[in-house]
This record gives sequence, structure tokens and C-alpha cells, in this order.
Amino acid sequence: MSDNVYIIGAGIHPFGRTDSRSGRDQGVYAVRQALADAGVEWGDVEFAYGGSAAAGSADIMVNELGLTSVPFINVANGCATGGSALTAAQNAIAAGACDIALAVGFDKHPRGAFNAKPSDYGLPEWYGETGMMLTTQFFALKIQRYMALHGISRRTLGLVAEKAFRNGTLCDHAWRRSPVDLDTILNAPMVNDPLTKYMFCSPAEGAVALVLASAKKVRELGADAVRIASVAFRTRPEGSFEVFAPSISVNGGGKPTEIASKAAFEMAGIGPEDVSVAQLQDTESGAEIMHMAENGFCADGEQEQWLAEGWSEIGGKLPVNTDGGCLACGEPIGASGLRQVYENTVQLRGRGGERQVPNSPKVGYSHVYGAPGLSAVAILER
Amino acid sequence: MSALAPIAPGLWTDEAEPRLIGGRRADGEIVFPVPDGDAAALVEPVALSRRGKLWSWTTQAFEPKEPYSGPQPFEPFLIGYVELPGEVIVETRIVDAAPADLVIGMPMEFAVVPFDDARSTYAFRPERQP
Repeated sequence: MSDNVYIIGAGIHPFGRTDSRSGRDQGVYAVRQALADAGVEWGDVEFAYGGSAAAGSADIMVNELGLTSVPFINVANGCATGGSALTAAQNAIAAGACDIALAVGFDKHPRGAFNAKPSDYGLPEWYGETGMMLTTQFFALKIQRYMALHGISRRTLGLVAEKAFRNGTLCDHAWRRSPVDLDTILNAPMVNDPLTKYMFCSPAEGAVALVLASAKKVRELGADAVRIASVAFRTRPEGSFEVFAPSISVNGGGKPTEIASKAAFEMAGIGPEDVSVAQLQDTESGAEIMHMAENGFCADGEQEQWLAEGWSEIGGKLPVNTDGGCLACGEPIGASGLRQVYENTVQLRGRGGERQVPNSPKVGYSHVYGAPGLSAVAILER
Repeated sequence: MSALAPIAPGLWTDEAEPRLIGGRRADGEIVFPVPDGDAAALVEPVALSRRGKLWSWTTQAFEPKEPYSGPQPFEPFLIGYVELPGEVIVETRIVDAAPADLVIGMPMEFAVVPFDDARSTYAFRPERQP
């Protein structure tokens, strides 16, 4: 990276359901909050990137924010929309093209599981017609095998969800704000075995905006800044097992999360042991478990002990999903990855309130995963 | 079953004991199904084994949204991946089994089964003991 890039403002529209506001209006709300937090005006933003998966183009927001002639690039990159906007904004500043840039993601999805169109993913119609094209199935199939190979129990799946809802009660942007006990989680109706309905996140609504700035601008403003140590965004390698896969190689292969994670750690010049708080993609309970290992925080199978001992709780050795993650916040696709970066910004600035990770966390790690097999990792440092 | 039309052409062979049709790439990797369009020229069609091992499985307890077009009323079903040794791991319906019967690694065999009143699809079932 040619120069350091910082987050100086972070804004969020509460996740969940807001019938009175469109997805884009939630985006505008988040941008205004991020600008106020950074202590800058919309007119100070020199480059903007943003998008949604299902709530329209981001650049229309200039109607509300102000017609300042700002170059505004719409990002449409599925589950990586937010991560891509962040990558682009960071690159623009690192390249010296501007001193203040915006990354914004928002969304608004109907209730129920996502319904993907086979042709959008280069798949034949029969694959969808026969009921095999569901993201929920992929995660169930992946964790079912992982549990058999690495000795993960159903109880551990339940503990992940219980933690998420407990953390959600402490978080004002979370959707699910009530605790759910372990027995209720384990005995709830099965959606895709071994995952019950409380172990899955739901499509939702919400928006996140981040104001990024150069080192020069941080000094000028005297901003409460968090440094972006690295951002790595990778698509799937040969032989990997991903969502929407009618077949998988018998020879195995790599994983986009492992590749993005290694690249992000390398760029930041640190390792998993240096991380003080992590936000990991938890589309369902099993995803958090598998992503703990894929991101290098533990070996396969050790999650059983991690959850039993509470090591990923807010007071544990590596707090994971301190705002309740996707399980408590829901998943508005365009905003979800940026929510993780927002939460790490809050934690590193020591503004977490009841959910604040103790002892002034110095390094925040975020990881988003999505269809059709991509991962984005961002590491923030204080 | 002869009255039922396959859910799509080219998924399995038309023979007494039908087999799935995969596509072998130049590097030896086999994919399923054979890709459409220009990519079809890059693979050689190959009939796959009728026997394999259960790689993973799950239940589908709720009715999927469109484009799912299964029979009404919705009946929950099983899906999974079956590893065809040395060939490819295919995603498939699983029939003639309950969740409690399924163990990863168990032997599975290929079947063509009804999908609805008009169409057939492919599936695997636990291998029957001889």
C-alpha cells in the first residue's frame, strides 16, 4: 500500500425491518451519520462508491445528499458489494486520487430465503426447478460434513446462536434484541438438518456508510481515526466447495476465505494471534464455526472447546461477532460486510458501550463470505 | 416410469441401467452437468459410475421459492452430495431414506425417480444389500 488510509466516520441505519424507509433512504441516513461522525460535509467527499443487491443504485442518493458533481461509482457485486466499495474507496485514497472517499452499502429484501435465478449464476434451469439452488442447503451440507469429520456437536451450533442473540441484546443496531436460550434453539423446527430456524440469519434491511481519509486529512481534521491495515478480496480457487455447486472436484481444493485471510494478514504484517476482536460471516451457526478455522483463529475441531469455554464471548480471548453478527442483525446483502467493519471501528474507538470488548482492543478483523464463492477480509488497527 | 420425461435432456444416459453424464476436461477433472454453450466444446461427455459414497446430506424442510417447481402440496425432501470414486462429487436428491438412516461414507446407488406427474429426475438411494 502506497500510503495509509483511515476510517474517520462510521454510520449505520438500524438493521431489521423499517417499512417506512426504502433501502436507499436507509443508505442516505447512514451516510449523514457517517459524515457527522467524521466532522465533514457531503461536499468534502471527493469520491463515492456504493451499492445494494436488491434496493437499487447508490448514486441516486445524490438527490438527497446534494448535487455536488461528486464521482459516484455504483457497485453491484452480490455479497461482496460492501467489501468491493470499501476496497475501491481505499484504493482511490491510497493511489492519491483523493483525500476523502465514501463507501456505502444498503439493502432491503423480502421475507424468507433468497431465491436466486439459475441463469444469473450460469446454472441450468433444472437445478433451480428441482429445489437444489438454496443458499441454506449449502451451509447445511458444508457443516454436516464438517461436524462428522471434526467432531463438532449440535450443542456447539446452538451455543453460537445463543451467543449471537445475547450479544444482540447489547447492540442498538441489531434486529433481534431478545435472548434465546439453548434449549429453544436446539429444539426449534429444523430448516436444513442439522440447522434449526434459530441457527440461520434472515434476509433483512439496513445500511452502513464509512468515510475514509488520507493521513494528511486525518491530521488536518484531528479525526478519531482507525487505520485500515489491509483489505483482501478473493474469488474461489480451483476445486473449492461453494454455494450453488452441482458438482465438486474429488481432488479437493482451496477456499476463498483461506486465501483472502492469508493475503490480508500478510499485507498487514500480523497474524491471527494479534487480533483482538473478529467479525466472521455467520450466515448460520455452522458458518461461524468453520470460518473460525478458515480464517486461522483455531484448528479444525477446536471450536468445540472454544464455545464450551466461552473463548469467543465478548470477555473471551477472541470475541467473535460482538454485535450479534448476521444471526442477530439479519443480512441485507449490500450492507452486511460493511456492518462488520462498522462494528470493528466502534470497538477500536472504544465506543461499544455495553458490548465493548475490554482492555482497549487494537486490531479488528472482519470477514464476509457469499455466493458464488467469494470472501473479503478487512483488518483495522488502532 | 417410461411415461415421464426427463427434467432436462442430457443429464443421464438412455439405457436399462442409466448413468449420469459428466464432462471430462482436458486436465482430467470431471464436472457435472455437461456445461452449456461454448464451454461444452471444452469437455468430453463421460458416463459416470452408478455407485458412490455419501459425502454430505441435508433435509429441505420448507418449500423453496421460485424457480422450484415441485409437486403440490410440498413434501420435504432430502438432498446431498455423493462421491463417485475417482470421478466427481455430484449434488443429488436422496430417496428411500430417512435422516436417521444416513451416515457420511455409506454406499449409495443411482436411480431415476419421478419428480412430478410429468417429469423424472435423478437421485441416489442407500445401496440395497444383495
